[in-house]
Amino acid sequence: MPQTAAPALTDTGNCFEVRRLRRVYGTGTAAVHALRGIDLDLPKGELVVVLGASGSGKSTFLNIIGGLDRPTEGTVLFRGQDISKATDRALTDYRRRHVGFVFQFYNLMPSLTAWENVALVTEIAENPMPPLEALALVGLEERANHFPAQLSGGEQQRVAIARAVAKQPNVLLCDEPTGALDSRTGVRVLEALKTVNENLNATTLLITHNAGIAAMAHRVIEFSDGLVREVRENRSRIKPSEISW
Amino acid sequence: MSFVHLPAWLGILDRKLLRDLWAIRVQVLAIALVIAGGVSIQLLSAGLMTSLQETRRVYYEQSLMADIWAPVVRAPDRSVQPLAEIGGVQAVEARIRMPARIDVPGRAGFAAGELISLPEGREASVNRLYLEMGRLPDPHRRDEVAVLKGFALANGLLPGDFLDVTAQGSQFRVTITGFVLSAEHVYSIAPGQLVPDEAEFGVLWMSHLPLAQLTDRRGSFTEAVFRLRDLAQEAAVIAEIDRILAPYGGLGAYGRKDQLSDAFVSSEIDQLQTLGQVVPPVFLAVAAFLVYVVVSRLVQVQRPAIGLLKSYGYSDLEVTMHYFRLLMIIGGLGLLIGILLGAWFGHRLTAMYIRYYDFPYLIFRASLTDYVIVCAVSAAAVVGGGLVAVRRVARLNPAEAMNPPPPPDFSRGAGTWITRFDFIDQQTRMILRQIVRWPGRAALTVSGVTASLALLISVMTMTDAMQHMIATHFAEANRYDAAVIFNEARDARAEREIARMPGVTMAEPFRAVPVRIEAAQRSERVALMGVVEGAELSRLLDAKGRPVTPPPGGLVLSSDLAARLSIAAGDDVRISVLEGRRPVRTLPVSAIAETYFGSGAQMEAGDLARLLGDSQLASGVYLRLDPALETAVHDKLRDAPLVTGVTLQNQARERLSQLMDENLGVSLGVFVIFAAVIALGVVYNTVRISFIERQRELASLRVLGFSRGAVSYILLGEVALLTLLAIPLGLIAGAGLSVYFSHAMASDLFRLPFIINPATYAFATLVILGAAALSGLLVRHQIDRLDLVEALKGLQ
Ligand SMILES: Nc1ncnc2c1ncn2[C@@H]1O[C@H](COP(=O)(O)OP(=O)(O)OP(=O)(O)O)[C@@H](O)[C@H]1O
Ligand SMILES: [Mg+2]
Repeated sequence: MPQTAAPALTDTGNCFEVRRLRRVYGTGTAAVHALRGIDLDLPKGELVVVLGASGSGKSTFLNIIGGLDRPTEGTVLFRGQDISKATDRALTDYRRRHVGFVFQFYNLMPSLTAWENVALVTEIAENPMPPLEALALVGLEERANHFPAQLSGGEQQRVAIARAVAKQPNVLLCDEPTGALDSRTGVRVLEALKTVNENLNATTLLITHNAGIAAMAHRVIEFSDGLVREVRENRSRIKPSEISW
Repeated sequence: MSFVHLPAWLGILDRKLLRDLWAIRVQVLAIALVIAGGVSIQLLSAGLMTSLQETRRVYYEQSLMADIWAPVVRAPDRSVQPLAEIGGVQAVEARIRMPARIDVPGRAGFAAGELISLPEGREASVNRLYLEMGRLPDPHRRDEVAVLKGFALANGLLPGDFLDVTAQGSQFRVTITGFVLSAEHVYSIAPGQLVPDEAEFGVLWMSHLPLAQLTDRRGSFTEAVFRLRDLAQEAAVIAEIDRILAPYGGLGAYGRKDQLSDAFVSSEIDQLQTLGQVVPPVFLAVAAFLVYVVVSRLVQVQRPAIGLLKSYGYSDLEVTMHYFRLLMIIGGLGLLIGILLGAWFGHRLTAMYIRYYDFPYLIFRASLTDYVIVCAVSAAAVVGGGLVAVRRVARLNPAEAMNPPPPPDFSRGAGTWITRFDFIDQQTRMILRQIVRWPGRAALTVSGVTASLALLISVMTMTDAMQHMIATHFAEANRYDAAVIFNEARDARAEREIARMPGVTMAEPFRAVPVRIEAAQRSERVALMGVVEGAELSRLLDAKGRPVTPPPGGLVLSSDLAARLSIAAGDDVRISVLEGRRPVRTLPVSAIAETYFGSGAQMEAGDLARLLGDSQLASGVYLRLDPALETAVHDKLRDAPLVTGVTLQNQARERLSQLMDENLGVSLGVFVIFAAVIALGVVYNTVRISFIERQRELASLRVLGFSRGAVSYILLGEVALLTLLAIPLGLIAGAGLSVYFSHAMASDLFRLPFIINPATYAFATLVILGAAALSGLLVRHQIDRLDLVEALKGLQ
C-alpha cells in the first residue's frame, strides 16, 4: 500500500502535518475505528480532493483537522501548531480565524435568512467579504432574504459555501459541497471554491464521491477503511468547466 | 409572521433570538406563566400581609386604640385620678359601658348591643371614633346616638332613624346622628355567639351626661380604658388597676390580646399570615423547579444550533450569552407578568380585606425584599436551568453536538426485549422503547406532572380542611341547635322553664365565668365553662375526635389555650375567677382537647360551683329543637326577659362558613387559580417539548408510511402513558404536601387539619388530565400539519 511518508521533512510550507492519527468512536465491543492511523502532509494553498467509500472516515478526518473534533491518538499540526491537544479556547480561536466549513449535513440556522446565515460568520471574521458578494459568488444574491426552509437542498448547500467563502479563510473544508447539485451549479460552486483557493491561497479540502472532480485538484487523497490508501499529485489540472459530471 | 425584515442595527444572533422566541411563543408564554404563578403568589401574599398589618397599626394609632380595658361595676369619678397616676399610663378615659337591647323598628325581635359614653365636649383621648357619615351626638341632647356602621348597614338604618333601647331596666328612644367606625369594634360578637354577626350586635355611642342619667350612673363610670407609654409593663399596670378598682367591683383589667375584637382580627390576620408564610414559598419553589426542568429541555433541543455556532468559531461564552439573553427574556417576561399580577391581585385582595375588616382606609405596601427574593429565585431557576443545559451541550465537540443526541449509552441494549412483545402493536412497542431508552426525558415529564398535580391538590385540600373544621365544630363538638344566654346566672328553675317550651326536645345547662388562667409567666383570660356530666350537646374533642370529659376536680383546656400557656396535660395552673367572690385556686390540667374554633377551659359543673362557692347555677342552656318549631322557639326566647342572647346554630354555621370563605377562602381561591395556571403551563410545555425533540423522527415515520393517527399516537401515547404514571405519584406527593402544610401552619391560633377528600383528588386529577388533553390536542394539530418536506430538509 503506497503511502505518503514525508517524515522528517518539516517543511514550513505545509499547512497541515498529520501523524498517526486515530479516532475511535465508543468503547469496548461497540467501538468503531473511524481513523486507524493517518499520516499526511498538506502543503499550503493546495486544492486537495478527498475520495473514498462511504464510511471510510473522510468526514471524521475533516472534522478533526477543522478543530471540530479531537483525535483519540496522534497529532495534527496546523502551521506547526499542534491543534490535537489545544485547549477549547485555542480551538475556538482557530476555527474563528482560519477555518471555513461546509458540512455534509445540517449547515444553516433555520431561523436566519440566507444573508443572515452568511453574516453570522462574517460578523466575527477578521477580513470578510460582504455577505451579498459571497452570495453572488454562488448565484444566490436574489435569494438573500429567504429562509433555509424556502430554499432547495442545493441552494442551501450553496448558501453554506457562500458562508464559508465569505470569511476568506486560510483553510476551506468542504464535505460533499456538490453532492446535491446539478452540473451547471456544481461547476459554479467549484469555480467559486477555486477562486478562493487561488486568490486567498486558502488550503482547500474537498470531499466528494465524484471522481471527475479530482482532476481539478493539486492533490488527490483516497481514504479506505480508516486509512489513506493513496495520495497522488496531478501534473496538470483541468478547469471546473471541463469536468464531466 | 416571520420577521424577514428586522432593523439593520440588530445583531444577527439577536435576530435569531427574536425569531426563535416568536416560533415558540406559546411555550414562552406558558413558561412565563409558570414563573408568574410563583412570583405573584409570593408578592401578593407578602404585600397583603404587610399592608394589613400596616393598615391596622396606623388605624389603631390614629384612633388611639386602648391598650388596657378595665371593666368595673361602679367606680366613682374620683378614682380616675389614681388610675391616671399609675406609672406607664399615658392616657385614661373613664366611661359608661352598658349592655343594651336594641329594638330596630320593622325588625323582628331585639338585637343585642351596648351603650358607650362619649366624653363631654372634647374628643376622646383613648378609643377615638372614626366618623363615616353624619355627625356625633350633641352633648346637650339626651336622645342622640352614633351607631356602629356595620350594624346600621346590616339593619338598613340611616341617620335620622330612631331606635328603642332598653338598658338598666329603663327604656328610651334615640335618634341616629351618624355612622362610626371604632377600632375596638372591628368585630363585635353578641353574648353567647361564636361568630361575629354585624346585624345581631349593635354599638351605640351617647354623650356621657345623658347616658349617666339614663342608666343611673351619675358621678361614676363602669369602664376605664388606658393607653400606655412605650415600654410600659402591661402586666404591672393591670395589677395596679385591679388593686385600685377592687373596692368598686373591678371585673379584672385586660390587654389587647384578651380584647374580643382585636383578638379576633389578630387571629384572622394570623391565619392569613400563616397561610401567606407557608404556601407561597412552596409555590415559588415548585414553579422554579418546573421552570428549571422545562428550560433545560428547551435548550437541549437547541443542541445542533449550538454545535453549528461553535463550528463557526463562536466561543462558549458567546454561545452561552446568546442563550442567556433568550432565558432572560423568558424569565423577564415571567417576572413582569408575575410582578404586575402580584401587585394587582395583592392590591385588590388587600382592598377586599380592608373592606371586610371595616378598616377606614387602605395602606398598600410591599417590601423591596420581597421583590428581590422573587427576582432572585426566578432568575436562578430560569438561568440556572438554561445555563446548565447550555454548558452540557457546549462541552461537546461541535462535530458531536451537530448530530442529534444518541440515547444514553447504558440503554443501547435496553428496550430490545420490548421487540419480542409481539402481542402488543408496533406503535405501542415504540412508545415503550422510547421511554426505556430515554429514562431521563421520561423522568422529567413525570416529575413535572407530579409536581404540578401535587401543588394543585395541596391548595385545594386546604379548602376541604376548612369545611372539615366547620363540620366537626357543629356536628361533633357543638351539637345543639340553639344556645340561650341568661341575663344573669340562674338556678335550675330557669332551665326547666325553657325545657318545657314546646319545640324544645332537649336542654343542657352550662355555666360560664370569666377567669384568668396563669401558668409560670403566662396568663390568659377565658370563659371557664361548667358542663354537666355526660354532656351531649357541647363537648370538647381530642385530636382523634373522641369527646374529652373533665374528670372530678380536673380541668380540660383547648389545645390553642394550652399552647399559649405552654403547658401540657398534667401541669398545674392557677385559676383566678374574675367575678363574685373572686376565688383563686390551683388546679391540675387533666386533658387537652382539639378545638378548631374558639378557645376554652371546661370543668364539671359541680366542681365549678364548689370553686365559686355557690349552688349549681347556669349561665344559659344549650337546646335541641324540633326543626319545624325552630323559628317560633327562637322568637319567643329572644324576647323572654331572662334571656340576653339566643344563637341558632344553623345561622352560626352559615355565618362561620361565610366568614371563612371571605377571609381564608379568598386567598385559597387565588392559590388554586395559580396552581391550575402553573399546571397548565407545565403540562403544555412538556407535551410541546416532547414534540420538538422528536419532530424529525416523527416526520421520517410519516415518510415511511405511518399515518397521521399512528404518528400522533406514538408521541401522545407516550405523553399520556407518562401522565398516567405521574398521577398516582402526584396524588401521593399532594397528600405529602398537604401534611407538610398542615404541620407548618399549626400555630397557636390556627390549625388546618390534614384530611383527604377523594372528590378533591379526583377533581385535581381531572384538571391535570384536562390540561394534558388540551395540550395533546394542540400538539396533535401540529403533528397533522407537520411539513414533511420541511422537516426532512433540516435533515438533508
Ligand atoms: N459519532 C459517531 N459514533 C460512532 N460511530 C461513528 C460516529 N461518526 C461516524 N462514525 C463511524 O465512523 C466511520 C467513519 O465515518 P465518517 O462519517 O467519517 O465516514 P465518511 O467517509 O464521511 O462517509 P460518507 O461518505 O458516507 O459521508 C463510519 O463507520 C461511521 O459509522
Ligand atoms: Mg461523510
